[in-house]
Amino acid sequence: MADSVERETVIRITGLTTRFGAQTIHENLDLDVYKGEVLGVVGGSGTGKSVLLREIVGLQPVSSGRIDVLGTEVTSCGADAQQVLRQYWGVMFQEGALFSSLTVAQNIQVPIRELTDFPQVVMDDIARVKLSMVGLPPEAGAKFPSQISGGMKKRAGLARALALDPGLLFLDEPTAGLDPISANQFDELIKGLQSSLKLTVFMVTHDLDSLIAICDRIAVLVDRHIVVGTLDELMKVDNPWIQEYFRGPRGRAALAGKERN
Amino acid sequence: MTIKISGPWNVATAMASEDEIRGIRDLSAPATVIDLSAVTMLDTVGAIAVCRIQGWLAESGAVEVTGANDQQIALIDQVLKVDAEPIPQRPRPTLIDRVADLGKWAVGHFEEGRRLVGFFGEVCVVFTRLIRHPSRIRFTSTISNMQSVGLNAMPIVGLLAFLVGIVLTFISGDQLQRFGAGILIVNLLGIGVLRELGILITAIIVAGRSGSAFTAEIGTMKINQEVDAMLTIGLDPMEVLVVPRILGLMIMLIPLGFFADMIMISGGAIMSSITLGVTFSQFIHQFKSVVPIQELWIGVIKTPFFAFVIAMVGCYHGLQVSGSAESVGQHTTQSVVQSIFLVITLDAIFAIVFSLMGI
Repeated sequence: MADSVERETVIRITGLTTRFGAQTIHENLDLDVYKGEVLGVVGGSGTGKSVLLREIVGLQPVSSGRIDVLGTEVTSCGADAQQVLRQYWGVMFQEGALFSSLTVAQNIQVPIRELTDFPQVVMDDIARVKLSMVGLPPEAGAKFPSQISGGMKKRAGLARALALDPGLLFLDEPTAGLDPISANQFDELIKGLQSSLKLTVFMVTHDLDSLIAICDRIAVLVDRHIVVGTLDELMKVDNPWIQEYFRGPRGRAALAGKERN
Repeated sequence: MTIKISGPWNVATAMASEDEIRGIRDLSAPATVIDLSAVTMLDTVGAIAVCRIQGWLAESGAVEVTGANDQQIALIDQVLKVDAEPIPQRPRPTLIDRVADLGKWAVGHFEEGRRLVGFFGEVCVVFTRLIRHPSRIRFTSTISNMQSVGLNAMPIVGLLAFLVGIVLTFISGDQLQRFGAGILIVNLLGIGVLRELGILITAIIVAGRSGSAFTAEIGTMKINQEVDAMLTIGLDPMEVLVVPRILGLMIMLIPLGFFADMIMISGGAIMSSITLGVTFSQFIHQFKSVVPIQELWIGVIKTPFFAFVIAMVGCYHGLQVSGSAESVGQHTTQSVVQSIFLVITLDAIFAIVFSLMGI
């Protein structure tokens, strides 16, 4: 990948090692995420996909190694630097992780309210724009998280992640638990937002279809290490798990689906 | 006339910039163009600000936005698109709504009481069934519950009982000594603790400690669909979850209450020897002569009833949990409040009954 050298790096992970007790999850792992790309992270259960995401956003301490996001080392920077950094990224958790005591619109406004003291009219405008961006009707804004469906919760979670117009978006299993139609729509939504807002997306997923549909590059966590490449490159990698993953029945079906489109 | 805006228009700056533009009152000619070509950064808030300025200027004629790049145009279009459809506001509650809420609250509590009585009936049915088929009682589970609600509760119950004994003696001994009747502390402690306090304090601690644990345990299982899984396999949650807990607590609250009685009186004895000058041998002698064994039975007889109420309410609320993790918290709170309320009510009823019986 000659051209990737010139591209701007948004996330740089070097020599990352993660241990839980005697168990090593990641060992000496390196990964670069470039500006404007969609990177899909896959791997078997327990290979530490979500752990990696949590480490990058500073929710989980690393055992050794360093992680730089937008030029700031998250593993050692102080609370103030982290606070600044948090304005430039948005995180969407698996079930949306909406605050249950707030309405959807208030949920979207939380990050903005922390930073500014805009009048309520402007806040409502912002919430409405974000709702429309993620394809939710304005009525959804007045509802509480317990009153909306799982798919809507994910969309609302995405709207909250986008509240501050971040350049970097983290998605933890965005399509898990959705029916295939909603999952497709969600893929298209992410793709659309990514190209219109010029986002860099770091996406942990199990969903082969969304991997193939929207990811520019794929990172596979296997045997405590990471293998990164485009889909075509990964198909050629000689690793039994990767081969099984892409050439197994589901992988073949997803690839066939891609060719049909 | 053209308004040319420049620099970053984002969440940090856009609103201030918008106010600044609105502050220019004497526009010599009505503005017709907003030029964005010098804007270095435009986010959602910036786009909203631009649209607001546009709407404000539009009162004196149409206004065009120029110089925006594709991404900015898309953002502004997005803002204009939603402008027409406001988020519906929740209606403010009226006086009638508030009165209605009060009614709903009252009816809700009545319904809750009915359901609890219904659950009591269900528990009785299961117990009678198990008396006929004792082999279906889950002994392992019961024993494990006995350990967690009884044995493991001993340190905290013991510590608190000891402290209550000390405080009781300290406060009332002071009053008794004014009449030169320090030795009467033995009567007070003996009858007060054995009849009421020892058991009541134990029951309240256990309601807070084990009743809440029952609700949280069963509630979490409910959310994990473990209870549903049991039903589909053909296990009765009443037999598997509820009965071992009720049985375990009923068995263990008797020794636990007795233990609290003894510790509380010991605490009192230690305190009276220090502050009232009542030696241990005087204490025991006086105790033997003024406190009949009947007092102990009056206290201990109440424990299985208290245990039943605490465990039943705890399990009932656990099974009432539905939906989210938030519900576990709500029901745990309710469970503790209700079981303490019922324990004290039951205690009052016992007091009335005993006094009618003349004991």
